[in-house]
Amino acid sequence: MDFISILSIFVLACFVGYYVVWSVTPALHTPLMSVTNAISSVIVVGALIAAAAAGAPGSKWLGLAAVALASVNIFGGFAVTQRMLSMYKKRERKDG
Amino acid sequence: MGEAAAHAQPDWVLLAYLIAGVCFILALRGLSNPESSRRGNITGMIGMTIAIVTTLATHPIASIAEIIGAMVVGGGIGLVTARKIQMTAMPQLVAAFHSLVGMAAVLVGTAAYLNPEAFGIAVRVTPIASPSFVSIFPQSRIEMGLGVAIGAITFSGSVIAFLKLNGNMSGKPILLPLRHLINLGTLAAILILIGYFTQDQAPIVFGLIAALSFAIGFLLIIPIGGADMPVVISMLNSYSGWAAAAMGFTLHNTAMVITGALVGSSGAILSYIMCRAMNRSFISVIAGGFGAVASSGEAAAIDRPYKRGSAEDAAFLMSQAEQVIIVPGYGMAVAQAQHAVREMADLLKAKGVTVKYAIHPVAGRMPGHMNVLLAEANVPYDEVFELEDINSEFAQTDVAYVIGANDVTNPAAKNDKSSPIYGMPVLDVEKARTCLFVKRSMGGVGYAGIDNELFYRDNTMMLLGDAKKMTEEIVKALG
Repeated sequence: MDFISILSIFVLACFVGYYVVWSVTPALHTPLMSVTNAISSVIVVGALIAAAAAGAPGSKWLGLAAVALASVNIFGGFAVTQRMLSMYKKRERKDG
Repeated sequence: MGEAAAHAQPDWVLLAYLIAGVCFILALRGLSNPESSRRGNITGMIGMTIAIVTTLATHPIASIAEIIGAMVVGGGIGLVTARKIQMTAMPQLVAAFHSLVGMAAVLVGTAAYLNPEAFGIAVRVTPIASPSFVSIFPQSRIEMGLGVAIGAITFSGSVIAFLKLNGNMSGKPILLPLRHLINLGTLAAILILIGYFTQDQAPIVFGLIAALSFAIGFLLIIPIGGADMPVVISMLNSYSGWAAAAMGFTLHNTAMVITGALVGSSGAILSYIMCRAMNRSFISVIAGGFGAVASSGEAAAIDRPYKRGSAEDAAFLMSQAEQVIIVPGYGMAVAQAQHAVREMADLLKAKGVTVKYAIHPVAGRMPGHMNVLLAEANVPYDEVFELEDINSEFAQTDVAYVIGANDVTNPAAKNDKSSPIYGMPVLDVEKARTCLFVKRSMGGVGYAGIDNELFYRDNTMMLLGDAKKMTEEIVKALG
């Protein structure tokens, strides 16, 4: 992919992000932060490339360390988000 | 090998990363409503799985065991933390997670610098009469430099934010002399170095970019006081996104670019919402120093007359009410009083009282923090209202029960032009027939360091004591 294609995707994604995030209900702003933590760890893709490559031990170990750090975020971020979201409940029927 | 050829990937790979990116958009879209949010989160997990599997499937792997080992170790730590963490400690956890994204970006950037051929961002050049070497594309150098710089700022900034939120470091701002000059100079130096990096890919240049960025992240956050933490944590959220996006540019990876843009906008919007809720400009928050004058107004306030009530008085007033609005703040979280508050609300509802909750956007230490705490205490989310949705109701409310919130209820924001919080939108609790204000003692002031006129009003009754104990006593009196 050339630079302009990537840049186009980036700019459009910024606009998508703008509208999607404004539509998030304020009650869920904390889960929003924890889930954005999880998804920004898609940086693990870069870490995996470095960790998988043969021949450059320094780069490989940095990659493995990055894989571990990103994994903390991916698993921790999604899990804690799920835990929080499962707490949000509607009123159980009409009270008194 | 040309630059385009180096990045050539089969169409299905590009498509897979695009699908992963779309999954992440849907994950955020789901958060528009608590009902759809759980499905959204699962979609996010699917997106992440697609991205990881695609990467592993399209790169020759020297040792899968090591990679799985790293994922198991990291994932295990993440899962255990996610299960054990107290909901009151969410701000610290999020700050810690931000720092990890930042560090991962620095590590990936450094790995790409050390082994650029693996990332397809370099060519081997063989000049006449000298040994061949690997030259990183100039454009990739800029992207890499930016990614490492933003990642490093995110890391060190988040570490400081974590220490402040976790109480390892005082929430008071630390103000260095000439800090604006130092900060601007360092930022300029980083940008110049990234420019120079396109000419010279020497390790010293790369190392300096990283080192200065670590330093500036630290310098940017230490002058920011505890009250501004909701902005800081949102801002760092934004940075972690931009770091991911910059690495996405380096690797020409659409999933990373889309995610980075989403997270970057998300953090930016949250920062904006937080700033607006405090009536502060983003620049003034970044400049820091807010809250440094705390404790100056205390002495003068102490001997003013106020009405003090007991738990029994409060229970009586609330049980006679038609509508009670509970206004929680960070103090409720600190005292872990949310469960007692819900019990109190249940008893009142059983007596036919309508109970609602009013939440100020900056109540707590991060956006939406109070909502999570109330949800944890089994408060139905449709009883919880945002400031603009409920503020007009206080005038028709019999009792406002303010627990652990102070600055966000201070009428000075509306009528005292000299007040540091003048102009900040506040909850109109004084318009309720009676305002019950739970507070540890009359001495302390809120984070903004100012006295609250509300304490001395005729329709205010102060309930002095620990937020949890006081609420539990009210529960006893109601039962």
